[in-house]
Amino acid sequence: MVTVAAHEAISRPRPIDAASLAAWTIAAQVVDPEIPILTIADLGVLRSVRVTSDAVAVTLTPTYSGCPAMDAMRDDVLAVLASAGYENVSVRLVLSPAWTTDWMSEIGKNKLREYGIAAPTGHATVRGSGPAGPIRLKMAVKCPRCSSLNTRELAHFGSTSCKSLYECRDCLEPFDYFKVL
Amino acid sequence: MSEDTVSIDSARADADDHGHVAVAVTTLDAELIEGPSLATPDVAEYALWLGDDALVLAQQLGAWISRAPELEEDVALGNVALDLIGHARSLLHYAGTATNRTEDDLAYWRTEPDFRSLHIVEQPNGDFAHTIARQFVVSHYVFELYSRLRASADQTLAAIAAKAVKEVDYHRDHATQWMLRLAQGTDESRRRMITALSDLWPYVDEIFRDEPLIDRLEGIAVRPSSLRPAFDAAIAPVFAEAEVELPNGFVASGGGRIGKHSEHLAFLLAEMQVLTRAHPGASW
Repeated sequence: MVTVAAHEAISRPRPIDAASLAAWTIAAQVVDPEIPILTIADLGVLRSVRVTSDAVAVTLTPTYSGCPAMDAMRDDVLAVLASAGYENVSVRLVLSPAWTTDWMSEIGKNKLREYGIAAPTGHATVRGSGPAGPIRLKMAVKCPRCSSLNTRELAHFGSTSCKSLYECRDCLEPFDYFKVL
Repeated sequence: MSEDTVSIDSARADADDHGHVAVAVTTLDAELIEGPSLATPDVAEYALWLGDDALVLAQQLGAWISRAPELEEDVALGNVALDLIGHARSLLHYAGTATNRTEDDLAYWRTEPDFRSLHIVEQPNGDFAHTIARQFVVSHYVFELYSRLRASADQTLAAIAAKAVKEVDYHRDHATQWMLRLAQGTDESRRRMITALSDLWPYVDEIFRDEPLIDRLEGIAVRPSSLRPAFDAAIAPVFAEAEVELPNGFVASGGGRIGKHSEHLAFLLAEMQVLTRAHPGASW
């Protein structure tokens, strides 16, 4: 069982000390190249920023294992920190703990809706102790255009790894859904 | 890593009159878990087993893009392939730490006797039903494998598995839905689905064979034979719903884990590796 405090630490990795927080704020401006209204902080991809006397260490975690946007996000973090005057910046990709849509901020979910992409609904997995693996909870997906819940999945795999293709049966618009992982 | 950026920029300036560009080999440049993680030779060999399965299958699925029965399937199989490339990168990167080789060294500069992939992943794409049959078997097997590998004593393997299992769950669902649809569709789709399953089934046995390596990785690797009951239990309801009988025929010789492959793999690798070998170190 993950304690509430530990869960908070995982889902809100913003640093406490002032120097690290300042660098975090800059790194947090980097956006997802495929969904440019979302920052890497909104996504939960930015996991930690640590400023020491002579270096900055940033940790990112990939959304999907093969997500090609990760390389761009890493390069953008290096560039934005370098242009802010930081030297000796390193970015590491860490797989564990595995990214989940649960880490997406409420601000991020609102931005997605305004952008026309349905935000992930519900929680990703129920973590059992046995080997049974993750259990997905399916909930109705709300149309980002007319807010109808009368929607259906057209294709589970969409324009990027993180999205499915849906259609609204009321306003008849197709739309992307950021699927739960 | 800022030095990487610089080296790419400077390399771009080095392009010669023929447009040949010399660039440092791109690497994932990732530490998969916090702290140091170098694979032992045995763990590296095991990582090659799993990484080569993912790499070869990804290469196969990539060939469907623009050729699938419908546009959504081009996208779906492309997405599945992309996930598998991600798994292969993580696993080959880790395997390479034992011998100071990059994931690209391992993917592009080994020949088929050095590949450790199963025969089932090198079986040809065939028609769409053959590809779905292969996806159905492999994704169910890999799901059971990664679910257990999350508890590995090797933290890097555990981290890769915990990440990958969530994606493979979607692959499993995709293949299952197609298998049901084809088996319960027209006479023609049903005939093709049944033919595909019976063509593929000789290669299922090899998946669950233990090799001596497994004995040396107690608590780290997942014993293949231990996965068979869970695999059988997972696929039985799908066969029942599809009203298809489990194929029952001869068993292929196998040998992929010790580098014995069918001729299919050589053609596949030739296509996958030709560009790198023709232009070593090239990038764009």
